Amino acid sequence: MATEENLESMIVQNVLKELAKNGFLQNVKTASVPQVSETPTHRSIVNDADEYIELPPISEILIHEPIHKETVAALKAMTPARIGVGRAGPRYRTTTLLHYLADHSQAQDAVFLDVSDEFLQRMGIFEVQTQVSDREEHLTRPDLGCRLSREAREKISVNCKKNVQVQVFVADGLSSKAIESNVAELLPALIQGLQGEGITDIGTPFFVKYGRVRVEDEIGILLNAEVVVELVGERPGLGTANSLSAYIIYKPTEKTVEADRTVVSNIHMGGTPPVEAGAFLAGLIKDILKAKTSGIKLTTG
Amino acid sequence: MILKGKVYGTAYTFNSVRDVLAKASEDKSGDRLAGISAVTAAERVAAKLVLSELTLEDIYNNPVIPYEKDEVTRVIYDGINTTVYRKYKNMTVGALRETILDHETTGNDLANISRGLTSEIIAAVTKLMSTLDLIVAAQKMRYQAHCNTTIGLPGTLAFRCQPNHPTDNPQGILASIKEGLSYGSGDAVIGVNPVEDNIESYTRVIEVVSEFIDRWQIPTQNCVLAHVTTQIAALEKGAPVHLVFQSLAGTQKANEAFGFTVKTLDDAYELALRQGAASGPNVMYFETGQGSEVSLECHEGVDQQTLESRCYGLARRYKPFMINNVSGFIGPETLYTGKELTRATMEDLVMAKLHALPMGVAQCYTNHMKADQNDQEVANTLSALAGANFFMGIPGGDDVMLSYQDTSFHDNATLREILNLRPCPEFESWLEKMGIMENGRLTKRAGDLSIFND
Repeated sequence: MATEENLESMIVQNVLKELAKNGFLQNVKTASVPQVSETPTHRSIVNDADEYIELPPISEILIHEPIHKETVAALKAMTPARIGVGRAGPRYRTTTLLHYLADHSQAQDAVFLDVSDEFLQRMGIFEVQTQVSDREEHLTRPDLGCRLSREAREKISVNCKKNVQVQVFVADGLSSKAIESNVAELLPALIQGLQGEGITDIGTPFFVKYGRVRVEDEIGILLNAEVVVELVGERPGLGTANSLSAYIIYKPTEKTVEADRTVVSNIHMGGTPPVEAGAFLAGLIKDILKAKTSGIKLTTG
Repeated sequence: MILKGKVYGTAYTFNSVRDVLAKASEDKSGDRLAGISAVTAAERVAAKLVLSELTLEDIYNNPVIPYEKDEVTRVIYDGINTTVYRKYKNMTVGALRETILDHETTGNDLANISRGLTSEIIAAVTKLMSTLDLIVAAQKMRYQAHCNTTIGLPGTLAFRCQPNHPTDNPQGILASIKEGLSYGSGDAVIGVNPVEDNIESYTRVIEVVSEFIDRWQIPTQNCVLAHVTTQIAALEKGAPVHLVFQSLAGTQKANEAFGFTVKTLDDAYELALRQGAASGPNVMYFETGQGSEVSLECHEGVDQQTLESRCYGLARRYKPFMINNVSGFIGPETLYTGKELTRATMEDLVMAKLHALPMGVAQCYTNHMKADQNDQEVANTLSALAGANFFMGIPGGDDVMLSYQDTSFHDNATLREILNLRPCPEFESWLEKMGIMENGRLTKRAGDLSIFND
């Protein structure tokens, strides 16, 4: 029989496990939850260390006894839309609901969480901030995310070479996940790719917190860089929260418009993988340097 | 006309009717971005106070964008019934609010009053309404329209089946149509947003939808939501079009940024009547949404709610079959939270009804808003309760082409059940024939898209 103390800690442990299962405590690993007891009675309640509840694949047919199951499977294969999901009364099956919530959670965390200091340290790049002061302002005032703070201008001026051929920098944009899951591979691949193309006059990369696409204009002007490359987190979709874009511009000015930018989007493991994208971008930048223009003018000659 | 107000001893001065309208608006990120919203809660109330004492004539005489400068203003003013306007012009905005809410005022009365109201007056009065005020007003007004079928009948709730696909794959589009129909969604329209906006792509998609509707003899409408000029070109080449679509904004400048003028819409309307495949007489479909003007930097210092109302002023010129807002589609710089989304949704529904329009609602959210599925469902339930004609229907609420979340096929079925509403009558008969619905309830077979086995 469990003592009162044992019982209490057992309840706490089970609650923690339930929370972890539902994704509320993403960083709590089952193994790190303190073990309560070594007796077999308790072991039957505690899950094995590597057993997790996971979402079933989205391709699963959830309709209760469809007339033509093969037809449902064939139709599901034609679209990424959430069809053939069945129902509980008029509502979603539990799995469908949880899948939706899981997808939205990925998107929300990508938008609302910061790129971690630990990641920036690991990358060895310094951080500056736009005129935005917090996450809410970043989302509601896109105009401020296009302008550097005074401290940022100073820090960039002190730490970066001027008049370089190519200046690369990273901005969180609308997805911190896009940065954390792609930049560690993309940035070195891009630099090596540029060097491989014979482009060695490359500026010091850095990170812009609360940055939008148009901040690259001010950075290009400040450093008098020939080509500016911004690696920025895209607005997450429900299926992809970690997609990154590269916005490349040749000699930006205050009059730069969107059509002057060359954009490569959908950089992530499920799209163009970061290493591949690095090589591709290097080739593109070489073309831009040669043509001395970017954006629509580059494609239309 | 007095543009100064005092709230508990603190005085506030406003510099124009436009300024009063902006500061009397409920707090929304788009108006903050434009730099025109009230700075404090008390200033907002002071603006509402001043607004409540303005007469309808004060607002009429001070259009937010001058008549000479903006063709949306011209459409609104040229469409006003002057006899009705003169009857009410000395009324204050506060008194108009009470008239709308009065037990003695019927939907028919409001239909008459609406003919004398400019879009700015309509925006003004809804700025003095709380959420339940808006619901009381909305429930009184119900407008029908007829294309191939009738939408907006009392006791009905319709849905636009929105089967978008990321590459316009015809089989993928059809798969989502089948899913939607199996839940009873699609009586308003089967309406596809195409990825590629050109005549070939438009024609290909509308032919796929049109053939499917013919093969299964579905009493509904088709629409492919390309740019209006693409639709005009395809219509001229004989595409089987029921509804011609366009997104509207509330300023001439913003509409020009969208790539059309009033003349373009006039041409499209005339062509749809003359060469479209529908019975009519209502052959147009419009979408609007608070904040498009601010995101295009074409707001001209006017708040997003008033500009939204002006969209309805423009829309009523074309006697549409359907019109809906898409609140929340643009993103957090125009509507940041679920609360802002819900508020905008309810304002839009009432403002459109006060223009005598057959209004539906697309309360939706993007992933960079501070809103989630619960917010969407609350807004959806409230606008259904308030008597919206229709909502969107999307597989699992997730639009895989436009990357935003809106009302799902399941939500469609749920709203009908919890509010005891039925599909459009012709469509309900068809659902019964297909074995999807019985006595207004989904059958066991509903939700199985394999019943459309070809």
